[in-house]
Amino acid sequence: MEKRTQFPVSWLPYALVAPQLAITIVFFIWPAAQALWQSLLVQDAFATHTEFVWFENFKVLFADETYIESFRVTAVFSSLVAFFGLSISLILAACCDHVLRGAKAYQTLIIWPYAVAPAIAAVIWSFMFNPTVGILAHGMKLLGYDWNHLLNSGQAMSLVVVSALFKLIPYDFLFFLAGLQSIPKSLIEAAAIDGAGPIKRFATIAFPLLSPTSFFLLVVNLVYAFFDTFAIIDAATAGGPSRSTTILVYKVFHDGFKGLDLGGSAAQSVVLMAIVITLTVVQFRFIERKVQY
Amino acid sequence: MIENRPWLTFFCHALLIISVIVIAFPLYIAFVASTHTAERMFELPLPLLPGREMLHNYATVLTEGVAGASTAPVGRMMLNSLVMALTITFGKIAISILSAFAIVYFRFPLKNFFFWMIFITLMLPVEVRILPTYEVVSDLHMLDTYAGLTIPLIASATATFLFRQFFLTIPDELMEAARIDGASALRFFWDVVLPLSKTNIAALCVILFIYGWNQYLWPLLVTTQEDMYTVVIGIKRMIPGGDASVDWNLVMATAMLALAPPALVVLLMQRWFVKGLVETEK
Repeated sequence: MEKRTQFPVSWLPYALVAPQLAITIVFFIWPAAQALWQSLLVQDAFATHTEFVWFENFKVLFADETYIESFRVTAVFSSLVAFFGLSISLILAACCDHVLRGAKAYQTLIIWPYAVAPAIAAVIWSFMFNPTVGILAHGMKLLGYDWNHLLNSGQAMSLVVVSALFKLIPYDFLFFLAGLQSIPKSLIEAAAIDGAGPIKRFATIAFPLLSPTSFFLLVVNLVYAFFDTFAIIDAATAGGPSRSTTILVYKVFHDGFKGLDLGGSAAQSVVLMAIVITLTVVQFRFIERKVQY
Repeated sequence: MIENRPWLTFFCHALLIISVIVIAFPLYIAFVASTHTAERMFELPLPLLPGREMLHNYATVLTEGVAGASTAPVGRMMLNSLVMALTITFGKIAISILSAFAIVYFRFPLKNFFFWMIFITLMLPVEVRILPTYEVVSDLHMLDTYAGLTIPLIASATATFLFRQFFLTIPDELMEAARIDGASALRFFWDVVLPLSKTNIAALCVILFIYGWNQYLWPLLVTTQEDMYTVVIGIKRMIPGGDASVDWNLVMATAMLALAPPALVVLLMQRWFVKGLVETEK
């Protein structure tokens, strides 16, 4: 889409896009190209000798059990985050849409955690679940359940999922609430006159009409769980215990900066790029067809 | 209200109130912890009501930092976070409004190519190009500088898209009128486009401030000196791994200080926040 009339061509438009393009090229496209190139190289530990090895790094990567394990961890983590994020926020949005009194206040009190940095949320939640000083761990001990996320991998996973949901639920909630409020009241009223109860109305009217929102949020939640949760993993569990919370993004960081495996880390970056590109394309393809039900 | 179903309404209120309490609980516990002495943290029963050490704890972290942890005073880190958040906010808005203006109001060779290059940045978050980006910044000698902290983050496809979508809705007649009156492109930008974009800029400011303040991975890579840490990564350094003793009261005071600015921004500018959040993702 373009404007009918436009300003005459001069040097000006180039000057206007120049700052953004310069930053994009230097800090986005060049490093990404570097990652692509390095993923085809093998370098020895002292960076004195580099060899071009085609797809050897990828072969090594996919033969590596810890990498496959990291894929599995990421899959479990992101499905848990997406599932609970979507379902809890949908229920809350439906309730908030139903009540007349205090809806605005509820909204404010539900969305504020969006402002909390994931790392801070992770620190606070790990404090509450800390086996010696944590109030929740202590409460569970009184009920006869031993909590120690530093040793138990299932509990570590629960901790990072809870921390991740803390920021995600406000976001999903806002979108679901906006979706519910945009449903024409006449539809709901017509169904009510025909004798449909609130549950039935939600299942047959609101839920199908929300499906574009839900799909959009599903993609956003997956992107969030894949890439934006690095801070949570690093601050809450550092990938442990015994790699049970090492998601792909954390592994790239760990192998690149702690392990100094340049080619392997670059190969992992390329795999991640492929995942982001797929998710972005899915999201945009979908948005173009947004109005169809 | 279509029909009166008191039980359903009651159930909804009950569920919402429980959720609000569950959501607020961590904040309350963090606050309570930040008002006690370090020793009190380990005594049973665990504290559930605020103690008397609040002023002392907050003053300690702000001016001295946490003993034993290799971090600068929290005051210094808050300043770093503020500089970073504000630079990212205004930098992103400035460069994306300019490039969106060029893309919408000019027809020039390579325009679509430029647009696609900007679009591609959406698909390349820092997380997938950690090492090579670090190398670029290190080669440019930008480690441990504010420039290194902020400039790589201020290219943003989403802000450019938002402004582009908005500019396309501005009536063409405005521009034609401006040209008939002899206004140059920059004059038109300054006197017509910028004032019309005020609400979009306000909404983006809120979202980008939160985004900038809460950055974690990038400051972690770029800063090695304690006095360049932002508060969000500084807090992680206060919790050494293993069983080393942690001054939880001071850590929680830092957490409260770290979450206060973005939380206040959301609460005070909720209208802009909601608008910004819903629109930047479309």
